[in-house]
Amino acid sequence: MSEILQPIIQVTKLNKIYKGGFQALDNISLTIEQAEILALLGPNGAGKTTLISTICGIIDPSSGTITVDGKDIISGYRHTREMIGLVPQELTTDAFETVWDTVSFSRGLFGKKPDPGYIEKVLKDLSLWEKKDNKMMELSGGMKRRVLIAKALSHEPRILFLDEPTAGVDVELRQDMWQLVKQLRENGVTIILTTHYIEEAEAIADRIGVIKNGQLILVEEKSTLMAKLGKKQLLLELKQALTELPPELETFELCLKEDGRHLVYTYDATREHTGIASLMQHLSQAGIQFKDLKTDQSSLEDIFVSLVKESI
Amino acid sequence: MNRYAVAAIYKFEMARMKRTIFQSILSPVISTSLYFIVFGSAIGSRITEIDGVSYGAFIVPGLIMLSLLTQSIANASFGIYFPKFTGTIYELLSAPVSYFEVLLGYVGAAATKSILLSFLILATAGLFVPLEIAHPWWMLLFLFMTAISFCLFGFIIGIWADNFEKLQIIPLLVITPLVFLGGTFYSVNMLPPFWQTVTMFNPVFYLISGFRWSFNEIADVSVMISLAVISGFLALCLLTVWWIFKTGYHIKQ
Ligand SMILES: Nc1ncnc2c1ncn2[C@@H]1O[C@H](COP(=O)(O)OP(=O)(O)O)[C@@H](O)[C@H]1O
Ligand SMILES: [Mg+2]
Repeated sequence: MSEILQPIIQVTKLNKIYKGGFQALDNISLTIEQAEILALLGPNGAGKTTLISTICGIIDPSSGTITVDGKDIISGYRHTREMIGLVPQELTTDAFETVWDTVSFSRGLFGKKPDPGYIEKVLKDLSLWEKKDNKMMELSGGMKRRVLIAKALSHEPRILFLDEPTAGVDVELRQDMWQLVKQLRENGVTIILTTHYIEEAEAIADRIGVIKNGQLILVEEKSTLMAKLGKKQLLLELKQALTELPPELETFELCLKEDGRHLVYTYDATREHTGIASLMQHLSQAGIQFKDLKTDQSSLEDIFVSLVKESI
Repeated sequence: MNRYAVAAIYKFEMARMKRTIFQSILSPVISTSLYFIVFGSAIGSRITEIDGVSYGAFIVPGLIMLSLLTQSIANASFGIYFPKFTGTIYELLSAPVSYFEVLLGYVGAAATKSILLSFLILATAGLFVPLEIAHPWWMLLFLFMTAISFCLFGFIIGIWADNFEKLQIIPLLVITPLVFLGGTFYSVNMLPPFWQTVTMFNPVFYLISGFRWSFNEIADVSVMISLAVISGFLALCLLTVWWIFKTGYHIKQ
C-alpha cells in the first residue's frame, strides 16, 4: 500500500436526468478521501439516494464521470464494485431466506470465496448470531436493517454506503451502528452516509456535504460547517443611544455598533436555549428600550431551517 | 469470471426450488399422471395406436414438452422478476458481475430444474407405458436445447414484466395453446388439411415432432427441420437477451 492517498472516490460533473426528464443530479463534483466519514445531508428528494446509487452502479449516469480507487466505475466496474458495500434505504429483503444464507449469498455475489468464519464474526458483531437460522420474514424491522448491514459487510468492502441508516431505527441500534461505523473507519473503511437529520451528521461525520435540488451546495469539515450553521444574529434598534454596554449585559455575546443605537446579539440557533428570553429580561431590567428588532440568517441558515422542518 | 457469483445465484435459485418442492415436483408428477389416466387410458383405449405405437407411448414426448416449456418459462421468469418486485435487485445491480454471469446463474438454475423435471415426468410415464428411446442422444439434445431456449425466453419475460399479470400472460395465452395445438395428443395427419397447414406455423409443433422422433422415430417433419427451428429460436432469444443487456432495457433507470 502506498502512502500517497489518492481520493478513494472522485465524482466529476455528474448529472442524472431520469427518463421522465427530471434532473435529479445537477453537475455534482465531489472528492472523498480514504477512511473518512462523509455525511450527505439534504431534505427528502434532494438526490442523495440517486447519487449513491449512481456510484454503486445501480443507476446509469446521464453524464459525468466517477472513479473509485482510481478506476472508472463503468469500464472498471469489477474492481470498483468489489470495494463497495451498500446498505439501501428501503428494507428490501428476500422473505424466505435465512439470515445466514442471505449474508453468504452476498459474499459470493461480490466475488469472495466462502468464509464461514468471517460471516460468523459479522453476524456476531451485529448481534445477529442467534438469528442466523431465522427467515428474514421472521425478523423485526431493526433486525432486518442489521441483516442489510451484514450483507453489505459480507465481502469486506473498503467503502461502505449507508443510505438513511437510522430512519425508523431504535436508539439501541443507532448506538450500535455508530459504534460500528467508527470501528470500521479505524480499520480504514471509508463511510458515506446520507441523512436528513442534522444531528446525525453532527454526531459522527468528519465532513458534511449538503445536497438540495440535486446540487451539492457545499462540502465542509464538520466543525467549520457547524460553526457557520449555528450562528444567527439578532439586531436591536435602540430608542436611546448608548455609549457603552452596561456591565450586567457582559455575559451575553453582544456588540454595540458605533452609532450607539444598534445592539447585535450573536447566538447559536441550534441550541434549545438561545439566550434571547434572558437577554430581553436583562435589557428591561437595565432600562434599555428598543424600537425594532430583526434577525439575520445566511443562506446556510435557510438550508438548516428546511432540514429541521423535514425532520419533524 | 466471477464464478463465486455465478455459484451464489445458482445455489440461491436451486434453494428456491427446494422450498417450493411440492409446487415444483409434485404438481407436474400429478398432472402427468392425470394426463395418462384421462388421455392414455380413457381415450387411448379407443385410439389404440398411432403410426404403430400405443397412444400412451405416443403422448409421452408431448407431455414432457408441455411441462418443459411451461416450467422453463415459469421458473426463469419468476427468478429474475422476483428481485425486481421485492427490490433486492439492487444487490445484483451493484455487484461485480457481468450480465453473462447473471444469465448463467439464473438460466442455468432454471434449465437444471426443468431438465430434472423432464426426467421425473419420463420416469412417471414409465409407470404407465413401456418406454423406448430410439435415439437417446438426440433426445438429450432436444431436451437441453429446448430447456435452455425457453429458460432464456422466460428470463426475457421476467425482465419485460412489471407486474404479475404480465408475467403469466404469455405462458397462459401463448405457450399452453401452442403446445396443445402442436401435436402433443395427436398426429398432425389426423387433422383436416386446413388445420394441418395452420399447424405448420406453430413452432412448438416442430419441437414436439423432433422430440417424438428421438423416442420412437415417428415424425411429422424431418428431424433436421426440427433442429433448425429450435436452433433458430435459441439464437433469437440470445439475440434479444444481448440487446436487453446492451441497452439496459427494463433493468436500469
Ligand atoms: N426512478 C425515478 N424516476 C424519476 N424520478 C425519480 C426516480 N427516482 C427518484 N426520482 C426523483 O429524483 C429526486 C431525488 O430522489 P432521491 O435521490 O431518492 O432523493 P433523496 O434520497 O435525497 O430523498 C426526487 O425528486 C425523486 O422523486
Ligand atoms: Mg433517499
